[in-house]
Amino acid sequence: MLRRLLTIALVAGLAAGLVATAIQMARVWPLILAAETFEEAAPTQGHHHGSGDAAAAHAALIEAWAPEDGVERMAYTLLFNLLAGFGFALLINAGLALARASGRQVDPMSGLFWGLAGFAAFALAPALGLPPELPGMPAADLLARQVWWLATVVATLGGIALIALPRKAGLALAGLVLLILPHAVGAPHPDLTEASKVPPALAAQFVAASLVSAAAFWAALGTLSGWLQRRYP
Amino acid sequence: MLTTPTSRPAPLAQSAALGPAVVMILLGLFVLFGVALAGPEILHNAAHDTRHAFAFPCH
Repeated sequence: MLRRLLTIALVAGLAAGLVATAIQMARVWPLILAAETFEEAAPTQGHHHGSGDAAAAHAALIEAWAPEDGVERMAYTLLFNLLAGFGFALLINAGLALARASGRQVDPMSGLFWGLAGFAAFALAPALGLPPELPGMPAADLLARQVWWLATVVATLGGIALIALPRKAGLALAGLVLLILPHAVGAPHPDLTEASKVPPALAAQFVAASLVSAAAFWAALGTLSGWLQRRYP
Repeated sequence: MLTTPTSRPAPLAQSAALGPAVVMILLGLFVLFGVALAGPEILHNAAHDTRHAFAFPCH
């Protein structure tokens, strides 16, 4: 069973990673590159991808390795998109296998709903507190954001599970509380008096493009996982 | 989430799925930690655009 599920996760994850990569290539990566030109042109010192001035050029020599812009950078992004696809596919297919074993129907449609739950938990809910962010935008402390992000993902997954799986009013209410809780606590926010190096229009486009690519990724991942689990029981 | 909602499913099927599901969840969390959150600069630089595009907290 494990071998079959791992194969399904690999196939569905790679396919969804390719879907995400295609959309990102067209609409997301160009915005990241554009943001970096603003980040590097800004008078205050950017903290990576090397800035133009001599001190930064020197710092770049002792900076950690980074892929070369162009094909190498795209290849690494493709690789990590596929890895993200595989990682998320492992989680969703574990959930679908448990659902199936407890007597629930698993097919492309139920897979799609699981995918949308993944989208809500890993993209939509965190975006309410931490909107998808371009390089060069002011941001709060990284660790604080990672902690809030992870807590929001866990709470949202738990909330959706409590609402959708047992179908009991009391548990659904507890689920609703879990959905709201991270936003009542609030995400760590940057000092808003610090100017963003990135034009607002670019940042707005990026939020939409990132969420749309994530939605397509999760819809593809869920639907394909549901289909594969029904096709190869 | 792992509790049985009804008495309908055979307990055997559930326990058979539990082991593989736990292995997959642990492996998935390990892979995603590396892609999304892990700190080392080299890993951050290689995964940079993926982290921004998927809106994982970055920088």
